[in-house]
Parts: sequence; structure tokens; C-alpha cells
Amino acid sequence: MAEKILMKGNEAIAFSAIRNGVDGYFGYPITPQSEVMETLMKEKPWETTGMVVLQAESELSSINMVYGGASCGKKVMTSSSSPGISLMCEGISYIAGAELPCVIVDVMRGGPGLGTIQPSQSDYFQTVKGGGHGDYHSIVIAPASAQDMYDFVDWGFELAFKYRTPVIVLADGIIGQLMEKVELHPMKPRRTAEEILRDAPWATTGKTPGRDRNVITSLSLDANTQEEFNRKLLAKYKAIEANEVKYAEYLTDDAEYVFVAFGCSSRICEAAVDILREEGIKAGLIRPITLYPFPEKEISRLAGQAKSMMSIELSLGQMVEDVRLAANGQCPVGFYGRQGGNIYTPEEIVEEFKKFNKLS
Amino acid sequence: MENLDIKRPENIVYRKPALLTDNIMHYCPGCSHGTVHKLIAEVIEEMGIQDQTVGISPVGCSVFAYNYIDIDWQEAAHGRAPALATATKRLCPEKYVFTYQGDGDLASIGTAEIIHACSRGENIVVIFINNGIYGMTGGQMAPTTLLGMKTSTTPYGRDPKLNGFPLKITEMLAALDGTAYITRQSVHTAAAARKAKNAIRKGFEYSAKNIGLSFIEIVSTCNSGWKLSPVEANKWMEEHMFAKYPVGDIKDVLK
Repeated sequence: MAEKILMKGNEAIAFSAIRNGVDGYFGYPITPQSEVMETLMKEKPWETTGMVVLQAESELSSINMVYGGASCGKKVMTSSSSPGISLMCEGISYIAGAELPCVIVDVMRGGPGLGTIQPSQSDYFQTVKGGGHGDYHSIVIAPASAQDMYDFVDWGFELAFKYRTPVIVLADGIIGQLMEKVELHPMKPRRTAEEILRDAPWATTGKTPGRDRNVITSLSLDANTQEEFNRKLLAKYKAIEANEVKYAEYLTDDAEYVFVAFGCSSRICEAAVDILREEGIKAGLIRPITLYPFPEKEISRLAGQAKSMMSIELSLGQMVEDVRLAANGQCPVGFYGRQGGNIYTPEEIVEEFKKFNKLS
Repeated sequence: MENLDIKRPENIVYRKPALLTDNIMHYCPGCSHGTVHKLIAEVIEEMGIQDQTVGISPVGCSVFAYNYIDIDWQEAAHGRAPALATATKRLCPEKYVFTYQGDGDLASIGTAEIIHACSRGENIVVIFINNGIYGMTGGQMAPTTLLGMKTSTTPYGRDPKLNGFPLKITEMLAALDGTAYITRQSVHTAAAARKAKNAIRKGFEYSAKNIGLSFIEIVSTCNSGWKLSPVEANKWMEEHMFAKYPVGDIKDVLK
């Protein structure tokens, strides 16, 4: 039987990194995700798997350490929370521009500015729509449990290496801090030098006779070369959109009303759906698991069958814009959100749902 | 005239290092970058470590260093090269890792990265080109610009009240426990270039001893930015730059 251990979402990230053959973690302390690095330092994986763990002097530095490590074809990652991710956005743009794989965990807190240290989902725009400069996307995956935190590290690296692109695990303070049972999968060893040469022939592993020097760069001064590169990225993003959309549905088969929510909000919405079902109202839920690529087709399909949809987010309303684009006028799309670290209850969502739909 | 038989190995007194590519350098005539590139290529070649070396190029004139030295390269964001080098060296400790950075990159936007790489004692080599000006963006004030020196953003000369003082970052870094070898050199004469090459070689050798960071500043000319001929620029550097940035070893933990 697989081992199950009670742990925080943040701790699950750390254990998953060690157990999934991650080569390096580079981070900087910030609430509410500091347990990630604390757990790694306590576990001392450099003595077991050989994983490097380093506390950088800033998030600017930690993301650029990730840039350097990823350039070597290594499995490298960082984690931070909203203000720290803002600082990393330059580096994420370079990593996207240099087509490097890496995983970045964002345990969101309320903003703007220094904001709060409580949970929030208000960095949807920042992570899903870009964040850094230039035409690029990061793949964004949204965990809703400590188990997801554990599983998404490995899945994140799989996507990152498949497409040579940064992957953001977009969690929030609730998912980072809640304690749940986590099933630990069998250990994966770190890749050997030979495997890195095979899987990442582009990496800066040292120029050997018989191959050209490998240069990791995001620079091209020539307009045509840059445009050609931008279109190459576009082709990559089209492939990601075609192949990697992931979502979960709850009681949508006959749903007349559909909630759209990701992360912790999807779990609260599930309880709201249960309350409404008990009252005889056919409610359902779609949870986008990948935020980029967004489950546009599935939301469009549900918009075609539903009387209305509602996006429920811990923000002033960010994902709702993508829900409206996907629904494309097929049904009204409402929004309810809380901010500042406040969290809605299922009953509160039910009440707002009834107001929006003029029920009772 | 068939005299090619004199081209025998025993007759060769100079040749371009094999690791210097045939790409036409974009540097201005008289610029120090080309000479420093050549010295680095020679050192890597002579040490036989081409397949074990990773270079990190900066943002600035030498952003394209990767076009000229035939090794694997990473091109960093402005100022962040020491962070890339840190991860590369820690993840690949058997490699020789060096950064190549200008004064704007290292001593202005990248101060945090260089100070903390030095403070952590990363076993890397840093080549620091100090010509007191931003070359690539067109001759603006650098942190190392001398007082009174005219640049496009100090058109009346650098005024300490307005622009602050020149930053002697190399002396600052020598005060940090994590640095093993700190030196300041130049490449404006053949003799100076030979000394600079020895310093670069020592830096690479020290980086393999795991005793901390080696830092080689090269006081350099930017004749285009300084608006002087190459010969005048060398003279101006000797008279003015060397007064503020004296050449010689500053720290050597093995001495």
C-alpha cells in the first residue's frame, strides 16, 4: 500500500521535489510559502538524492538561478508568493524566451503591493496572461489539494520538458497551508548526466568535439529573426492548447447552472453545488485544472446547455473574463468574489447565486 | 613565390587561439573586449577545458561574447549573470564557470547578485570590464564613471552632488570572506595583456580548488564612448582611470 502522510500543501511541494528527482531548488522566504524551503533544508536532500537547495538573496536572484540551472538541462524549480512572483517576472520572460523548462510555484496572497499574507487568487492575470514582457505564455496549473501540490510538481516538469517552457503551479495560501493526507508515489531518481545529454541536447553541458557550441539566449536583434521566433513560440502554444487542457467536472451532465472555479474555490463551490442540488436546483461545477491552456471548448459546451454560469474567485474578477470569452454570449455569466484574504462560505456562494439568478 | 614551407610549427610565433571563432567582432576598433576575449580563449585552450567550461554573458556590449569564444554559453538578463553562474556551478561542480560583465551590468543593476555570489564564496570566475561608461546604449554614465568625466547623461561632467561618486566595487568585494582572488588588470599594452592573462588563468585554476570566488577587473577603454582615438584612449586611461582604479592584485588567499 502506498504511504500516506499528513502534511501541509507547502510541505508536499518540498517532498515531491525530493522524491521526483528534482536537481535544484532556489528560493527566497516569503509568507505563505516559506515551509517549502524550510522543509527542503530540514530534509537535507543533498545528502540523499544530491539535490541542490539554495537560499538566494532575492527572488530576482532565485529565478535567475533557475534560469542558469535550466540552461544546464537540470530539473530546477523555485517557489514564492505574489510580490515575489512580481520580482521574478523578468526572469520568467527570459526563461520563456530562451525556451527553458522549469517549475515555479506561486502560493498566492492578497495584493496589490505588499497586500496581505492571507490567501487570494488575484494573480490569475499575472500568471495566465503573461506577467513579464513580450509575447509568451507560461503553462499554468492550479492545484486544489495537498495531494495536487505533490502531484503537480512532477506533472509540471513533464510539461516543462515536453514543451521547453516555464510551468507555474498556481496555488494560494489555503492550499499551501492546509494539512491533508498525501499519498507518496515511488521515488524517481535524478536523471544521470547521460540522460541529460540525451533529453536536453541543447543544454550547456560543455562543448564537446562533434557538436556546435550550445548558446542559451533570448536575444535576436534582427526583426525577421525575432518574428520567426515569435511564430515558433505561437506554434508551441497552439500545440499546448490542443493537447494539454485539463479540467474536472462535478454534476454538470444535467446542470442548468454552472459554476466555474479553480483551486481552493472549486472545493468551496462543490459544497455550494451540493446545497443547491438538495434544494432541487440543478447546479454543477467545472474546475479548470490548467488555467493556461484554458478549457475554452468545455466551458463553451456547458454555456450552451446552461441557463447561466458564475465564476467564483478570490479576486475582483479575473478568470471571469476568460469564462465570458468562452461562453461567447450563449448564456449570462456572473461573478462573485472575496478579497483581502477573506474566504466565502458555500452558503454565501449559494446566496449570491440566487441573487444573480433571481431565484427565491 | 613559393615560400610556404616556412609555415612550420617551430616557426610560428603567434596564432589566433583555436577557440576564438571566425565571426567578425562587432566591437569598435580600439575596444578592450576583443583582447580580453582572446585572453580567455587562450586560457581555456591552454588548460584544455573547452568541454568543461560554461560562460555567462551579460547585457551590454559584450552580450554577444557567445559569438566569439567557442564554448557553451548562457546569456543572462542585465546584472544577473552571477545568479546563473551560481546555479550552474552548484549543479555541475565539475565545470569551470565564469561570468563576463561590464561596469553597468556588474556594478549598477547587478550589485546584489555579485555581492552575494562573492559572499557565498561561489567557486566561479568573474571577468569585470570597467571602462567607466555604458557602451552599448550610447555612452551614458556608469557607476564607475570618474568625477568630471563627460558622458551623454553627465554632459557637463560627473558632479558628485548630482551623480554621486565612482564606485570602487572591486575593493568592496575584496572585503568579503567568500572571495579568494581579487585583482585589477588592463590590456592596453602587450605586457599588461600578458599579466591579465596570467590573472585570468589563476582565476580559473582557483575556481577548481573550491576556495571561493575569483574576480578579475580589467580597466578598459571605450574610445567611442570616451570620444577619443584608440591611442588617446589608452593614454587617458593610464592618466585618469589608473589614478582611481590602480592596477595590481588586491587579495589572494593563497599568498
